[in-house]
This record gives sequence, structure tokens and C-alpha cells, in this order.
Amino acid sequence: MEAIAQKIREAAKRLLSEGKVDVVIGYAKGSVPMREYPYFAYTPEEAENLTWTSFCCNNLALYTIRRPGRMAVVAQGCVSRNLVNLINENQFKREDLYVIGVNSPGMVDRRKVQALFPGKTITEVIEEPEHLLVKGQGFEQRIERKKFLRSNCLTCVQRNPVISDEMIGEKGPEGHGGNIDNVAAPWEKLIPAERWAELQETLKDCIRCYACRDACPLCYCHVCFVDEAQPQWCGKTQDEADVATFHILRAFHCAGRCTDCGACESACPQGIKMRRLTSKIEKDIRELYGYRPGMEIGATPPMSLFRPNDPQDFIK
Amino acid sequence: MFARRRFAVLKNLLEYVGIEPGRLHFSWISSAEAEKFQKTVAAVTEAVKALGPAQHMIKDIRKVA
Repeated sequence: MEAIAQKIREAAKRLLSEGKVDVVIGYAKGSVPMREYPYFAYTPEEAENLTWTSFCCNNLALYTIRRPGRMAVVAQGCVSRNLVNLINENQFKREDLYVIGVNSPGMVDRRKVQALFPGKTITEVIEEPEHLLVKGQGFEQRIERKKFLRSNCLTCVQRNPVISDEMIGEKGPEGHGGNIDNVAAPWEKLIPAERWAELQETLKDCIRCYACRDACPLCYCHVCFVDEAQPQWCGKTQDEADVATFHILRAFHCAGRCTDCGACESACPQGIKMRRLTSKIEKDIRELYGYRPGMEIGATPPMSLFRPNDPQDFIK
Repeated sequence: MFARRRFAVLKNLLEYVGIEPGRLHFSWISSAEAEKFQKTVAAVTEAVKALGPAQHMIKDIRKVA
């Protein structure tokens, strides 16, 4: 990982000093372990702070929206798919974007790591090729990296960037081997009452902070439906109706656009698994309309398109 | 026609989270199809009555206020 990080820094420094881009958007080391955060390097000196670890969980495509000037983005598979999405949705031009492509080894879920050490504070995580060395006061343990991947990384099908102007490191395998169809839409086998109970159980800790929305590269409306006051589409209480409305509608707004990058789940301070909702839509879009978001520049989003023979059994 | 796609996904999603099948209906009725409108409304009313009062997505203002 460190070798890749070094190459990212070199590429960023070169791009900034040649004046090819105004900003390089990448990841920097977080102030606490396992919390790498988005970083904006405007000068070659600032590019020194860029890094690449197992905890680059934010989706950097989000930060390209409404940003003037030319930008370079460090992009693994999912980020590049969201960049393609944004180009297809006319948010910026391909010429204004320079993609520093990286093969994603799959990112690690900090909650899964923390769960190994209940009640203890992890002070340092050292990257090794296949392992992570987790350190804290009075303990030190080497863990196998691939056992702690985020659940969306396990079922990823596109680890290499779909577009790139420059590839850092080698391209790797496209997937991890997990099959999305085995885990998508986990409530489909339940009866309606159980489904609702599962939904409530999933959302019970939601504090309506909207971190999932803020981390999502699809959410770039000037005024979000939950923030609008006239009319107020969604109540602001902790009541199950309001919480469910928010999550159902947030998921629905991502229909045909969600790349399953997992930024929402990684951003959630409460550990809510909102992919249980978005994976259902992702699956429907794939099965009904044969579409995977963000794979091709110029593709029309499935919700902005129709075919005469679209399924319509539900219309009476 | 765009709406057909959106409603297909929305209906699947709502039923996926536990809204009972039969509570949500879609129909395509022209302003000239009075009879179809009447029949559809009667069928929807009957289906929803059979399910009884809604149990989900009801905000109890006394609980949250």
C-alpha cells in the first residue's frame, strides 16, 4: 500500500507543478487510526500529505461536484464509476477531470476491526501486504486483511477504474469472489410483517444526522428533500414513520445510480446497514433493465429512459 | 413511460420493506375512460378494505411531540 501511496504522491506533485490540474483530490491520514479522510492538495507541498491505505472509504467523486477548475481524482473502481455517473449527468466535463486510477484491494471495515478489541482503543494500524498489524495500549495483533473487508467490497465486481488517465500500480482482479446476488435484498424471503420488523430493527439507531446522504456522491441537489421546509416532505422527528420515510426515499433517489460504493455505511456514526435497502434497488435495476451504473461514458441512466416492452404487470 | 420504470422500482421497494402487497395500486386511465376509472377505484377500495387499517408509516403525534 505504501508503494502505491508514494506513486500517488509523485503523480500529484507532477500534475500540480506542471499546472495540469488545480487540485488533486485524494486521501490523507486521519487524526485517529482507520479514519482516512478526503484531502485536497492545491500545491506540490500539500501533495506530500496524500496517502493510500486500507481505510480509504469515502467516495471522492462527491468532491468534484460544483468545483471550478481542473481537478485530478484518485479513483479506485467505485469512485471511477461514480465519476462516470456524474459525467453522464452533466455535472462536469471529462476534459476537466484527470483520473489517477488505482486498483482497489478492497477497503477494510473499521467496525469489524474494532469488534475484535471490545472496550479497547486502537492507537495504530500498520499496513502489511496481506495483513494489518493492530496496536493499542498493552496489545498488538496481526490480522488477516481480507477477513475484515467491508461487505460491499466483498461483492465488488469492478475494482479497477473504468476510466483512467494514468494508472498507478498494476491492474488487479476485478472482483473479490463474492456474489452480490447471494446477499442483495436480504429481506426478500420474508413475509411483509417480518420485513417491516427488520426495517425497524435496521433503522432503530438512526439519529437523522444525514451523514449517509452527505457522504453519497449521488446526492448533490441544492436543497435535499429532507431539508426543504415548504412543503415539508419528511418530518424531522425520530418517529419510525419519519425515519423510514427518509431512508426509503434516500434509497429511491439512488435508483439506477448507486454503484454500491459503501460510502454511506462507512460514514454512518451508528453503524446502520442502509445497503439492505439500496442493494434491493441495485438488484431490481440490474434484473429489470439490465443496467449497471457508471460502467460507460455516454450511457443513458435507466430512470431517464424507457423501452416499449418494459415490465408492466403491476399496472392494472 | 418513464414513470412506468420509476413506479416499477418504487413498488418493488415499498413491498420489499414490508408495505403489504395490495395496498399500492397502479393503473393507466385516460380522461375518456370513466368506466375503467370507476371500476378501478372500486377494486382498489375493496382490496384496501380487505387489508384493514394501515399499521406502518403512521406517525403518532402524541409520541413524538
